[in-house]
Amino acid sequence: MSVPGDLQYTRTHEWVRREGDTATVGITDHAQDELGDVVFVELPEEGATFGAGDAFGTIESVKAVSDLYAPVGGEVVEVNSALDDVPEKVNEDPYGDGWIVRLRVSGEGDLLSAAEYEKVLEEEE
Amino acid sequence: MASEALRRTPLYEEHKALGARLVDFAGWEMPVQYEGIKAEHEAVRTRVGLFDVSHMGEVVFRGPQAREAVQRLVTRDVSRLTVGQAGYAAVCYESGGTVDDVLVYRTQDDFLVVVNASNREKDVEHFKENTGDLDVEVVDESDQWALLALQGPEAAALLQTFTETDLSSIKYYRYEVGEVEGAYAVISRTGYTGEDGFELFVRSDDAPNLWRRLIEAGAAPVGLGARDTLRLEAGMCLYGNELDAETTPLEAGIGFAVHLDKESEFIGQRALRREQEEGLRKRLVGFKVEGRGIARHDYPVTVDGETVGSVTSGTLSPTLNEAIGLALVAPGVEDRFEVAIRSRTVPARAVPLPFYKRERK
Repeated sequence: MSVPGDLQYTRTHEWVRREGDTATVGITDHAQDELGDVVFVELPEEGATFGAGDAFGTIESVKAVSDLYAPVGGEVVEVNSALDDVPEKVNEDPYGDGWIVRLRVSGEGDLLSAAEYEKVLEEEE
Repeated sequence: MASEALRRTPLYEEHKALGARLVDFAGWEMPVQYEGIKAEHEAVRTRVGLFDVSHMGEVVFRGPQAREAVQRLVTRDVSRLTVGQAGYAAVCYESGGTVDDVLVYRTQDDFLVVVNASNREKDVEHFKENTGDLDVEVVDESDQWALLALQGPEAAALLQTFTETDLSSIKYYRYEVGEVEGAYAVISRTGYTGEDGFELFVRSDDAPNLWRRLIEAGAAPVGLGARDTLRLEAGMCLYGNELDAETTPLEAGIGFAVHLDKESEFIGQRALRREQEEGLRKRLVGFKVEGRGIARHDYPVTVDGETVGSVTSGTLSPTLNEAIGLALVAPGVEDRFEVAIRSRTVPARAVPLPFYKRERK
């Protein structure tokens, strides 16, 4: 499973890319593989505000429903509405076109480095 | 449940070798998917897929009163089954609630009843408890048998290359005893996918070789994930979802397997007759979600904010690419209702079943 070194992670298998006060959020390669074929992503409204650790949406595969948790606190400034039509982008490109939301960061969360996240995955094995 | 405690089918090593994702299903370590649910679903709809359903139970009724025993236990009139024929039936409690849904095979001397893995122990106990006065032996032969399902438009052509039995002579819900790839097999033209296909009962020891040969010949391995989406598109019930002890077969829409007029009495017959006369307390409907979202098991069905039923099964249909589902609803509910999908209420519309029907040649 790919775990890019330049991203930060959560124990609930989201990733974060920080650029200034903006954070792009998605789910990890491991998470998309565990879910299987993603068929629906329930995105939040732009302008909604979430605290770090809050559920901000859901993601569904054919078989299962999972909550999405905000890795950091902030306001939703953009959602990946392309996922409405092609949710499988989450499977195909979880760290790229399969991103889910962008937040304007207003609160820090308990984030893991790539190395720490890899350890979490090993422990789950 | 600890993984050590899980039961494994004779094909467990095959699943591991194919890289299947294994899950606990009714106490069995079973493959939920190999390549992916959508790809496996499509393989069955357009080509041919192979399922390991060896976790299902095989219970044999043997002895002079085998027929009386089965007649008493199931809703179908099994005296109408000819040797070589199989019939779908429900097993009921006196209340009319459902113990299990089963396939009954009539053989020359015996009856074979194929039961759900999740109900096997409960069923055997129920069968024995209710036939103690009859001269019949109820034998759980599940551990001796593996069950492979080969399903899809190309199933017959592929299987024909492995057997001398003329498959074109086996009609739907009929079976023949023969050899497949040199192994003793009961070849049954049945399935749980809405496609043409076969279920093959073979000895456990023969299963791995047959499995490998069918895969080599082009059958796609298919897990329980796609098995569920396929049966749901075909409008078929799953015990634990559409059927349970609180739901009668009439309510679950499988009245075609209930012969209320059969001469010998069956357990639950009086309750089902009464329900038939007085009207169903709930009924199964197929529906499509008209808004965004996917209905799932146990989500409430509402009309004007009032709960009038609940979703029994729901998924995104891989064939139709629409959110479909089955629900048990109160009798007065019309064709329009809503499904509470977590925090939202989404409109849904009742549609005729099945959602998917194959084109017959």
